[in-house]
Amino acid sequence: MSSLTGSPASAGVSRRSVLKGATALGTAALVTPWGTPVRAQPKRGGTLRVGMAHGSTTDAMDPGSWEADFMIFQAHTRNNYLTEIAADGSLVPELAESWEASPDAKVWTFKIREGVDYHSGHRLVAEDVIASIDHHRGDDSTSAAKPIVADVVDMKADGMNVIVTLANGNADFPFVLSDYHLPILPAKDGMIDPETRDGCGPFRIVDLEFGVGARYERHDGYWKSGLPYIDAIEQFVIHDDAARQNALISGEVNYIDTVDLNTVSLLGRAAGIEILSVTGTQHYGLPMDTRAAPFDNVHVRLALKYAINRQQLVDTILNGYGSLGNDHPIGPGARFFNTDLPQKELDPDMSKFHLKQAGLDSLSVDIHLADAAFAGAIDAGVLFSESAASAGINLNVVREPNDGYWSNVWMQKPFVGTYWGGRPTEDWMFATAYAEGVPWNETYWSHDRFNELLISARSELDENLRREMYFEMQQIVSDEGGIIIPMFAAYVGAYSDALVKPDQVASNWRNDGHRIGERWWFA
Amino acid sequence: MGLFTGLFWLAVAIILGLAAGWIFRVAVVAASPRPIARELRTAPLTASFGMLVILIYIVVAVFAPLVAPFPETEVVGTEYQPWDDVHVLGTDNLGRDMLSRLIYAARNTVGIAFITTALAFILGVMTGLLAASVGGWVDQVLSRAVDVLMAIPALIFALLLLTIVGTSIVNMILVIALIDSTRVFRLARAVAMNIVVMDYVEAARLRGEGLLRLNIREILPNAMAPLVAEFGLRFCFVFLMISALSFLGLGIQPPTADWGSMVKDNATLISFGDITPLLPAGAIALLTVCVNFVVDWQLHRASGLKE
Amino acid sequence: MSHIANMILKRIALGILTLFVVSLIIFLATELLPGNFAQEILGQSATPETVAALKRQLGLDQPMHVRYAGWLTDVLRGDFGESLANGMAVSDLIGRRLGNTLYLALYAAAIAVPLSLALGILAALLRNSFFDRFANASALTSISFPEFFVAYILIFLLAGAGGAFPSMANFRGDPSFGEYLYRAFLPALTLTLVVTAHMMRMTRAAIINLLASPYIEMAQLKGMNPMRVIVKHALPNALAPIINVIALNLAYLITGVVVVEVVFVYPGLGQLMVDSVAARDMPVVQGVALVFAAAYVFLNLAADVLATLSNPRLVHGR
Repeated sequence: MSSLTGSPASAGVSRRSVLKGATALGTAALVTPWGTPVRAQPKRGGTLRVGMAHGSTTDAMDPGSWEADFMIFQAHTRNNYLTEIAADGSLVPELAESWEASPDAKVWTFKIREGVDYHSGHRLVAEDVIASIDHHRGDDSTSAAKPIVADVVDMKADGMNVIVTLANGNADFPFVLSDYHLPILPAKDGMIDPETRDGCGPFRIVDLEFGVGARYERHDGYWKSGLPYIDAIEQFVIHDDAARQNALISGEVNYIDTVDLNTVSLLGRAAGIEILSVTGTQHYGLPMDTRAAPFDNVHVRLALKYAINRQQLVDTILNGYGSLGNDHPIGPGARFFNTDLPQKELDPDMSKFHLKQAGLDSLSVDIHLADAAFAGAIDAGVLFSESAASAGINLNVVREPNDGYWSNVWMQKPFVGTYWGGRPTEDWMFATAYAEGVPWNETYWSHDRFNELLISARSELDENLRREMYFEMQQIVSDEGGIIIPMFAAYVGAYSDALVKPDQVASNWRNDGHRIGERWWFA
Repeated sequence: MGLFTGLFWLAVAIILGLAAGWIFRVAVVAASPRPIARELRTAPLTASFGMLVILIYIVVAVFAPLVAPFPETEVVGTEYQPWDDVHVLGTDNLGRDMLSRLIYAARNTVGIAFITTALAFILGVMTGLLAASVGGWVDQVLSRAVDVLMAIPALIFALLLLTIVGTSIVNMILVIALIDSTRVFRLARAVAMNIVVMDYVEAARLRGEGLLRLNIREILPNAMAPLVAEFGLRFCFVFLMISALSFLGLGIQPPTADWGSMVKDNATLISFGDITPLLPAGAIALLTVCVNFVVDWQLHRASGLKE
Repeated sequence: MSHIANMILKRIALGILTLFVVSLIIFLATELLPGNFAQEILGQSATPETVAALKRQLGLDQPMHVRYAGWLTDVLRGDFGESLANGMAVSDLIGRRLGNTLYLALYAAAIAVPLSLALGILAALLRNSFFDRFANASALTSISFPEFFVAYILIFLLAGAGGAFPSMANFRGDPSFGEYLYRAFLPALTLTLVVTAHMMRMTRAAIINLLASPYIEMAQLKGMNPMRVIVKHALPNALAPIINVIALNLAYLITGVVVVEVVFVYPGLGQLMVDSVAARDMPVVQGVALVFAAAYVFLNLAADVLATLSNPRLVHGR
């Protein structure tokens, strides 16, 4: 068996290159504009058959509703975005050729690429960009991306330039535009048709049945010259772990996006099968409601944080395909990852000490889990309850149905499980789930110093000062926050060795940032 | 070659099983009081083997804490350890002792299946006999209600109900028993319909026997045979239902061990030729076969077919 | 014959009543499910604002009885509505998958019914022999394995690397009939193993049940060949319970096979139902539930009509 582990380039992008997108191109001489390193000319041709674990008959075309990997994969196969996160984790231009910000990072000007054609033959114009983003804004928006574009107060077109005005300065705004909900679609009368199957990405949809599969063929007029290498893609929804692995072994598909970690080593031993493992920002967590007793006491939270055996979880639940978490959501590959923070470990004495600090002799709590929270969540809970017993904590695992988990258990019960795909920037991650009062603050946590730092770091220009602030924020979340984050989970897939992967595989999402269709080729 | 080896071992297993059944029958016949011994002597070897296995399951289930080498939920090793002297059947996906979990699962699974089936039968037989013996609008209402419930696929109905009420063991028993009882109702009513028109029931009615007495004294004993046969099958459907529910993400609360969920948890291993998931599946299958061997014997006795 | 026509009419009326009650139960159950469509479809990314907006747009903010009444009047006009999730017509969604589901059910039944009848008759003929016990034990073993596990074992043995059959029922590009039979062989075989035992045991039991009757003993005393006794004399009178159990199993093959669909990636109705329940996509849930209930009602009716026809005493009434 062979496997590889990639992580986002630790350097990432400097703030200045984000502020002024065009310079990113200038400094990266060996990288083509779309981030593929230049090397021996890959071959063209072949049909990529992909087996995917997530996809439902209730999926829909509307970009605001995309949630399952099936649609996110389709999004990157069919569409282009204004900006793209390259395989090395840096931000590169896609449909926006370059961008520039006002000094307070409130007004952004994006120069839209000329000569880009949709599958339907329409030509990309600036109005398309405005309509595509507008679709997610406004009171009637039902889009999942509504919160991330909430700060946009005005957009206007000026030839092929789009000028966006924000309510508050945000130096990371170009990162936001790479979000998978925000594909650029053709506009008519200032509106996009959310049901359209058109797009300007590398492949066009030939056939699609939600919850079953789809077929795509190469978009001959694709603007990235020479791409894609592959002629066609067939996408299948295969929910069952064993069925997905069997399909790969028997050659009915040549790539599967999710591998059952219990049997990954057996699969890797099969002839002609390679395991693809990428650790990035995806992490699993156990959030506690910091308003509810006994979790409102920071010592109780610390007692629990010291009562979990992280290494055991990584070894057992992830089968080693992941890394230790330290109760904050910033991964080791991130720009401002706090390297000084001591790693928390299972320490029953420490745990008992904090229980005593909280004025308790023993603790008995329920944790509500379902495998919908993350694969292996229930098993993780069982292991946690075994290790917690050594600290005198009685942790009772309540199995909740997968069905309805996110509406009835998560953020409803006081102690649950969660997963985060992660966000490309520290600010985005913290602002999404840790800032006071935001809808996804799953621990209902509020910390004055943290909130203060979050605002000032967002508009801080000095790299070192910014690093100091993010370091402190990670330490605060780790010691005082309401979530236990025991592990960062790798995205583990597998592919037939008929496929060739590029030297660097993106870690922001599964499937090479869901861009496997334009980044991979057949040997 | 593999096929022949397999067949050979299968033959050896069958012979050993029957031999064990024979020894067991001899032993029990010797140990029992005379009237019971006479009945037992008529048991075919398959039924003797069945009774032996059921007895072993009961002993294991009752004395699980004494029999099992390790506790039910404790993590005692690394995950998926191979079979060795300490962990006779290796360890599971979390590093818990497989043999111990199988033993505790006997207690949990057989207990749950028995209670569920018993409840389903009490409910189904009572209503079924009532419908048949009273007839009229009572029969109409009950039958139509059961028709409606049966028109909803069992697994999906169970999924709906368990999502509404939550998946505690008690809820699971009640929901599966409710759904199962509709099938029992149909059978009980059909069988009883043929009995209520018999002369001796008419006679009992004319004697002025009450409804309850009529049902218990006259109808139920004569409807027993097909009901017992159905019990044997229904019993194993409970395991299957739990297993299927666990496949769809609703199962027994962890860390409780049960065979249905254990098959599901380890099932992917079979794709690589690892036989671990065959152990719990085999435990279910063996019990099902044995229960039905005994049931078949009883049925044969009841049918009055002398050969 | 008018007796039968009468019965059919009465049963159809009752069937429609059953469908109505089923739709009511399913509607209430789906309402009682925790969470609602807007929350489920937005999942982890739901915010109170977007949930409210979505509910408003889809009319989910109306009271329960108004929505049910609206749905019912539409259905009575023949309109099954549209999926809340992606706006596709429910009749289109179901239509495509109903074909697949019926195909698989018929395929499995075409193997399972003759097989179980033959095995059942043989077992009754050779009752208490080694064959009888072995067939019985094998059948019991095969039904006591969970469906998905039977499927995995078959895939391991018959598909996999270098295997003879595909592990995935992929119907892309309109396969020919022969091609279809080949691609759906493993799911059909799995279902065959699952349903055969029940039908076989019932056939055997129903026949054996009659063997003690005087007229069978008479035939035997006449020195008739035992096989002839069973096929000519016992079987016709044992048909009613056998037809009944076949109907029940056919209904199961249509309505209860979601697990097999999942393992073989077979695009049938079960998966559609489970997905729609998970998303609380009411019009689709209702539509599929009605199809399932109708299949059950129809098969039961057919079984009763056939059972009646098989018994001259019942055909002519009293």
